[in-house]
Amino acid sequence: MTLTDTPSSLSRFGRLMVDRPLLPLIGLLVLLIAVLAILNPGVLSMFWAGNTLKIAIPLAMLAACQTLTMLTGGIDLSVGTVATISAYLTATLAPLIGVPPAIAIALASAVVIGLVNGFGIAVCRVHPLIMTLGTALIATGFLLVYQRYVIATGVQIPDFLLWLGTGRSFGLPNSLALFIPFAVLIIWAQRRSGFGRLLYAIGANEAAARLSGVRVWQVHLTLYTLSGVIAGVTGLLYLGQIKTASLSLALPLDLPSVAAAVIGGTSIFGGRGGYGGTIVGALILTVLTTMLTLMQIPEGGRRILFGLIILSVTALFIRLTERN
Amino acid sequence: MRRWFDANAWTLGLAVLLAALLLATKLIQPGFGVSGLDSLARAALPFALATVGMAIVVLAGGIDLSIAAMMAVASVTGAVLMDGASDGQAAFIVLGVLGLGLLMGAVNGLLIVVSRVPDIVVTLAMLFVWQGVALLILNAPGGAAVPWLRALSTGSFPGLDWLPRAVVFLALVTALIWLPIRRAKLGLRLYAIGSDPLAAFRSGVPVGQTRIIAYALCGLFAALGGLSVTMGTGIGEPIPGPYLLASVAAVVLGGVVLGGGRGGILGPVLAVFTLRTVRMDLTLLSVDPNVAAIVEGTIMVAVVMFGAVLAARGRKG
Amino acid sequence: MPDAAAVLDATGVAKRFGAVVALKNASLQVAAGQVVALMGANGAGKSTFVKILTGVLKPDAGHVKIKGRDSTVASPAGARKWGLVPVYQEPSLIPDLSVADNLRLADTAIEPFRHWVAELGLPGLAPDAMIRSLPLASLRIVDLARALALEPAVLLLDELTAALPTDLVDRVLKVVRAQADGGRSVIYVSHRFNEIAAICDRATVLRDGLTVGDVKIEPGIEERIVEMMLGGAVAAAVSAERPVKPIPSETPRLRVRSLKTGTRLTDVSFDLHQGEVLGVVALEGQGQDELFDTLAGNRKPSAGTVQVDGAPKTFAHPADAIAAGLTLVPGDRAHALLMSRSVRENIAVPLLARVRNWGAIRMRDEAAKVDKAIDTLQIDTRALGEVRRLSGGNQQKVTIARWIAKGVQTLLLFDPTRGIDIRTKRQIYALVRDLADQGAAVLFYTSELAEIRLACDRAVVIFNGRVVDVIDARDADEATLMRAAYGLTEKAPA
Repeated sequence: MTLTDTPSSLSRFGRLMVDRPLLPLIGLLVLLIAVLAILNPGVLSMFWAGNTLKIAIPLAMLAACQTLTMLTGGIDLSVGTVATISAYLTATLAPLIGVPPAIAIALASAVVIGLVNGFGIAVCRVHPLIMTLGTALIATGFLLVYQRYVIATGVQIPDFLLWLGTGRSFGLPNSLALFIPFAVLIIWAQRRSGFGRLLYAIGANEAAARLSGVRVWQVHLTLYTLSGVIAGVTGLLYLGQIKTASLSLALPLDLPSVAAAVIGGTSIFGGRGGYGGTIVGALILTVLTTMLTLMQIPEGGRRILFGLIILSVTALFIRLTERN
Repeated sequence: MRRWFDANAWTLGLAVLLAALLLATKLIQPGFGVSGLDSLARAALPFALATVGMAIVVLAGGIDLSIAAMMAVASVTGAVLMDGASDGQAAFIVLGVLGLGLLMGAVNGLLIVVSRVPDIVVTLAMLFVWQGVALLILNAPGGAAVPWLRALSTGSFPGLDWLPRAVVFLALVTALIWLPIRRAKLGLRLYAIGSDPLAAFRSGVPVGQTRIIAYALCGLFAALGGLSVTMGTGIGEPIPGPYLLASVAAVVLGGVVLGGGRGGILGPVLAVFTLRTVRMDLTLLSVDPNVAAIVEGTIMVAVVMFGAVLAARGRKG
Repeated sequence: MPDAAAVLDATGVAKRFGAVVALKNASLQVAAGQVVALMGANGAGKSTFVKILTGVLKPDAGHVKIKGRDSTVASPAGARKWGLVPVYQEPSLIPDLSVADNLRLADTAIEPFRHWVAELGLPGLAPDAMIRSLPLASLRIVDLARALALEPAVLLLDELTAALPTDLVDRVLKVVRAQADGGRSVIYVSHRFNEIAAICDRATVLRDGLTVGDVKIEPGIEERIVEMMLGGAVAAAVSAERPVKPIPSETPRLRVRSLKTGTRLTDVSFDLHQGEVLGVVALEGQGQDELFDTLAGNRKPSAGTVQVDGAPKTFAHPADAIAAGLTLVPGDRAHALLMSRSVRENIAVPLLARVRNWGAIRMRDEAAKVDKAIDTLQIDTRALGEVRRLSGGNQQKVTIARWIAKGVQTLLLFDPTRGIDIRTKRQIYALVRDLADQGAAVLFYTSELAEIRLACDRAVVIFNGRVVDVIDARDADEATLMRAAYGLTEKAPA
């Protein structure tokens, strides 16, 4: 309660974790890379670094959706589906109607899904988890119908998406050209825009935000629409990276995107965290996945590990914040 | 009498709706009969069992997002162990899988009570854990089910053609497990912690313990649901179907209030059959199955949205 | 005073929550055949004491003995085993179960319950009626009848008669008295002197977490009890005498007429003028919470009107109230603060609330406004990172600073000085006066009666959801206010 608390070393560490999650996170990342280097000497190279970045970027972008929604105490489990739909629409519509209209339709459908999520969460007050799962289910149905009824004359992946997804310049992946401005914008907006601040305010204390005159539904509606747009754009990038249009393209990223944000120090209860930590979290997960693959841990083991990470980090977070 | 009628008006309405839908089915397809009923019941069985499990936790004021993943674990465990097992061994395997279900549910409940992390977050994390466990046990659909188990939910009884075995199976297990609980003090306690945890605590209800039991029961029904998947297909399915959303929607449509305390088990079960019948009718009208899935999904989401609005009203008033 | 035959004997009970000391040294003795009133003004520690007696909380020190055996229990079920059965202010019945199921849940036999329900005046109560469908008065009767059916050695009744119609009150009081006459013991927590005079043998009075008196109930005892609840404060002269401003005659800033919200706020009317600080005095639960919530747009009233500068207003959302210049500092800081965020972010929230302010923040502009507010309130700036790490006083200043930064027109302060240090309290009085002098209007509810003289121009006294008195600050000594708050001086409001 007072300023003159004499914290134990444990609670001091806890405070550091809560206040500056970036430092210990980067430490963890370096540690993981070191372990990887010991497990498999010679794996570290400029090429490996570039590749890791390339794989981490779509994950980090979807994790932006989780970070922003989690700041308000929400979550968006439809991002994988939205990204998949956006990619599939672009790839199959481009040969029919040209690249720009195809992308426009792809992003428009991402907006629609986001709006539906926003409506259910903001106006009907459905729990974000249930709502986004539901829209994902419906949207997948639409995708399947689309796939059956629209005779695709073939798949065309726009050149600039290929350049963005797979190209390299100076040894670094071109996707950084999209990601760096994106990350800068998000990190700027979370602290220096009114909208970003309100996300923290709602997550920290929705009743207090309301008493301060914030109409919470407006923020939720905007937020989930924005989340849809980010997921849609990520789908385009992922299409350029994977180079095929599949009906389950980005679905495997759903769970890791939540895990990346949680590991990055964003509280699933809202009000704490930020995108900086999430980026490091996405890198940690990517390196961890490489490691698990090297150790031949199957997919099932990976899911268990991710689930346990989410649970234990959240439980730890509750302990740390209650102590203070 | 009148009071009973009032309290069960929603369930009765659902029953009437279901009857009307079945009648409509008969009109759409005059050939609809015993085999149609049987396939409807078999398709609905895993959904119905998941819904009963979900209804119990929701009545007790919680939610279990990991229900479909627990079903997958039960399904693959049963199928893997039964592959090559004798009939007698299979009986023990079934009991073991049910025990596993209770255990998984109890783990969920225990983690919620001990970690003080909200139920929705714990069961989301456990959703991934149980999914991983299912994949570790069986990487792709496989395994087998012994014939007597498959026979439990297939066909009907001689002389009672119109009564599918799947319905009898569902009614029996639900009645055997739920009715004694509902009659006992445990049933009151489950409703009490869902309705008003503070008043329950003051009335001497062990709130944490009751919550763990609610999740364990949910796990038990998830295991039954998982076994019914294996009964239906003859193999274990490591990738869970859309049982989570379907069970939440059926629970809401069945008159159970999200937040707990109000509703019963029969309503949600009738809701499952209603939703399944809608889907079947769409198929009979030769609507594309994917379009039918969209319609069904939209109905489910709309139901959940409606339920959330009602729950928010209830909190205010 | 310690009674050898005491059925319940609580001695030296202490309890603190973090830095807040709720109980220092509370004691209570109840003998067989007695009804003992437990009294205390707001914040005296009464509700904490009740929670400890009934096993909801564990005391830090002291003991509770029932029939000579230590019953410092850790659960309500445990308390019941020892023979103490409470009836709380909020009925502890499960809304979604029937009356009969509620009895079964708490292992209560139905026959004695039926007897008591009939005795208490509800013979027609159906056992299969849903609790949710019953009116509040019936719920209290059901709760009491359930407790009586358990034949408790000690019955604890917490504000039992609130929201009961008069005829039921009479029956309830008769039954409670009969319990004691039959040799059982009753602890009667109440604000109502007439009821206490009617049925109680003794009264135990709490002040600031201490038991300050244990008196026999006899005619004229009210004055002594009021004195005990006030303590030395009566004698202490109020040093800060201010000239009291005449009430201006133009349209009031805020005009409230016949406002009714929920079950507690039944009919409140008053005017609040520009440049005025209007105090609100009320015992706990007399409708003041509902009044402030309604004026802040956080709850909808069921009847009555609110006018701001002569124009009628209805608020569907706090944003509407804020647009009309009505800004609330709620009583519980946890409801107002973003605990995990910085002081600056906390203060700036209202500046960003509107959609048109969602874009880039003009950081300099914001910093200037925030700094000015921090300066005005002298907020300790050593721990700006997270509001949860500030002291209570500084936290309270942050909740006020939010509206200073935005610009104050009508400030609704709900017990802003509760649980904070004396220096900060003084700063808040000075601030409130300054704001009024600069043309703001302030509605100031306080649980500390002495503050009315220190900060206000007038005070309205609310009892049972209605304004029972309007007192000029010059005449607002604590004894007067206390008597008025207990409804002892009730007169028709002007």
